[in-house]
Amino acid sequence: MASDNTTVLITGGTVVNRSGETRADVLLSGGIIQRVEPNLDATLPAESSGGPRRLAAEGCVVSSSFVDLHTHMREPGREESETIATASRAAALGGYGACVAMPNTDPAQDNVAVVEFVRLQGERAGLITVSPAGCITIGRNGTQLAPFHSMVAAGVRLFTDDGSGVQDPLIMRRALEYARQLGITIAQHCEVARLTDGAVMHEGCCSSRLGLPGWPAIAEVLMLQRDIELVRETGASMHFLHLSTARSVEIVRQAKNDGLPVTAEVTPHHLSLTDEKLTSFSTLFKVNPPLRTMQDVEALRAGLADGTIDAIATDHAPHAAHLKDQDLSLAPPGMLGLQTALGVALGYSGCTTKRIVEAMSWAPAKIAGLDATHGSDLVAGAAANLVVFSTEGVWRQTPESIVSKSRNSPYFDSDLVGSVHHVVHRGDVVVVGGALQ
Amino acid sequence: MRHLISLDDLDAHDIAGLLSTADHMAEVLGRPQPKVPALRTKTVCSLFFEDSTRTRLSFETAAKRLSAETLTFTASSSSVNKGESLRDTVETLAAMGVDVFVVRHKTAGLPLSMTNWCDARVVNAGDGAHQHPTQGLLDAFTLSRALGRGNDLSGVRVAIVGDIRHSRVARSTLRALHVLGASITLVAPASLLPAAFVGADSVPDGWPVGVSHSLDEVIGEIDVLYLLRMQRERMDNAFISSPGEYSAHFGLTDGRLSRMRKGSVLMHPGPMNHGIEVAVDLDSLADHGVANLITQQVTNGIAVRMSVLFTLFGAGSEAIDGQ
Repeated sequence: MASDNTTVLITGGTVVNRSGETRADVLLSGGIIQRVEPNLDATLPAESSGGPRRLAAEGCVVSSSFVDLHTHMREPGREESETIATASRAAALGGYGACVAMPNTDPAQDNVAVVEFVRLQGERAGLITVSPAGCITIGRNGTQLAPFHSMVAAGVRLFTDDGSGVQDPLIMRRALEYARQLGITIAQHCEVARLTDGAVMHEGCCSSRLGLPGWPAIAEVLMLQRDIELVRETGASMHFLHLSTARSVEIVRQAKNDGLPVTAEVTPHHLSLTDEKLTSFSTLFKVNPPLRTMQDVEALRAGLADGTIDAIATDHAPHAAHLKDQDLSLAPPGMLGLQTALGVALGYSGCTTKRIVEAMSWAPAKIAGLDATHGSDLVAGAAANLVVFSTEGVWRQTPESIVSKSRNSPYFDSDLVGSVHHVVHRGDVVVVGGALQ
Repeated sequence: MRHLISLDDLDAHDIAGLLSTADHMAEVLGRPQPKVPALRTKTVCSLFFEDSTRTRLSFETAAKRLSAETLTFTASSSSVNKGESLRDTVETLAAMGVDVFVVRHKTAGLPLSMTNWCDARVVNAGDGAHQHPTQGLLDAFTLSRALGRGNDLSGVRVAIVGDIRHSRVARSTLRALHVLGASITLVAPASLLPAAFVGADSVPDGWPVGVSHSLDEVIGEIDVLYLLRMQRERMDNAFISSPGEYSAHFGLTDGRLSRMRKGSVLMHPGPMNHGIEVAVDLDSLADHGVANLITQQVTNGIAVRMSVLFTLFGAGSEAIDGQ
């Protein structure tokens, strides 16, 4: 647990800010960045002489810590799979300073009591900022609007029924009317449920061969198009969760060209894995939306690189072993993501380091409404939420290295690149040398 | 061969070997005492999470003819869901000393997953719309023997008609017949072809077949008419308009029967839907010079399944001869 909110000097790293990359040391105290200048290490007293604690960052990037727009923390209700405390540990090790907790808990985050509980559990864990999303509809049932005004007053800025899409166009239209008025963002899981009944993987050549029920790309595309028209009409902000198809990238690109207030995210797994993984019939690769084709992966990478897709978001979805040890139709969809997101981004996205920092920190902080404290440039006066990471070195995840309560990672056989060295959250050093403090 | 999960895992040599062993098994079944001691130390457990009395009895008969002990576990998936997990069920039964699981499940891939859960051998008796390998083998055996072709079906023209999309039989039989050299045309409305065919200008990679949407166009040009079972439930998601509409365009009717080639054969994996895919009196086939192989398919199923169980343990042929 972090408790050393003292003076810290991060030495020898390359600071990545919007304005560019510079070699500089970073001095923190009182939860605030005090100075960002070259050679502070040489001018300030040594640690042994009462000077600031040193964190070595030679050869590393120093940036604002990551912000995950899409974390299933499973608490309350599914604590056998994950808790806010264990998800916080995984997040901190992954370089995150804040996570948006998805509201498909039990009970759902559709009222002030539950969102306050989730936020408080995050504070108790004390490693990252946990920002609860609210439901769009009560119990995510798609029929009755959740109490937006009350939850906004409690600090909620992002609303979603993630796990399922809002099917009813009337409900979505009303939600967007409220969203415009309240200045909040509606985040949609684009899936026309009528087209995906029983689906366990992408519908295509692979599913045809394997005889598995398919989740067609068109089920995402149709809802995306509908909602973009609703955004055009209402003027509300909408965020599209976990885009998975090539066509979706084209549609969002056009919507942005039209000047619509839309944003979008892509998961690490949709940037790195394809439906061919299902030839193993392993439930580790069942995820919603499903892994798609290499053509989709390449379009998503291009969309991320050119800014059509704003953010990389994990859709971290822990499931206890006995839940994944079922047949593919019964096993719940989802895979871990927090500890591997950076390694996937560096290894598979094809993006520059700066673009990765933008997509994993700056942009999601703004979409989540956390930009007062997260995703800031590292300058004097900014909140001390930052990460030090290396962009080199190839590694593979092992089950033993997972700190989530569940082990459902899809990356045991994949090469990942780079690693998180240190994480500072609100001035507290929470990760040093890739280990929790 | 440690398990039999999919015919995609077997090459032409493997399949021909299994069919030749099935010839030996058919000979055993013709003896006054149709039983050999080959597997008398083995325990075969049929694990059927989806009802199929026919397939289960065929496997259990095959196991008994090889002198194996047989155990039967049947459960609808829904009752399993309520209690013990599938993996626990498999581990529990394996702990009782099962050597071979013969498993059927509504979901593709479950037999393969089972190979990771226990040390027993696994024979796939049908998993979702994926594979039903012993059906493919018994179809290849029945057809090649009926045509007197040995293990070579080159030049034989086969139409597989019906619900290809949801059919594990189609995927298995297509593979077995293709590997032995047959040329295959899938005949179905577009909705009942696998999703990879939707909107495609040509046959997708990995499907060594031709495609037709008209049984009338192919009925006079084929040596083998292989009809698949059309389930009424396919109306629910608009795959078909009605059984009557399907039957009129994709069923074997009197009119289509009269246009079949003399010497051609009819096959069906069973159970048949009379009046839907089979809309003729089967006794009238002989009048048109068309052979009905449907009963032979059932009979041969036992010899082929004996061959599979026998081959799993790599027993020598002397075990068949010693009585």
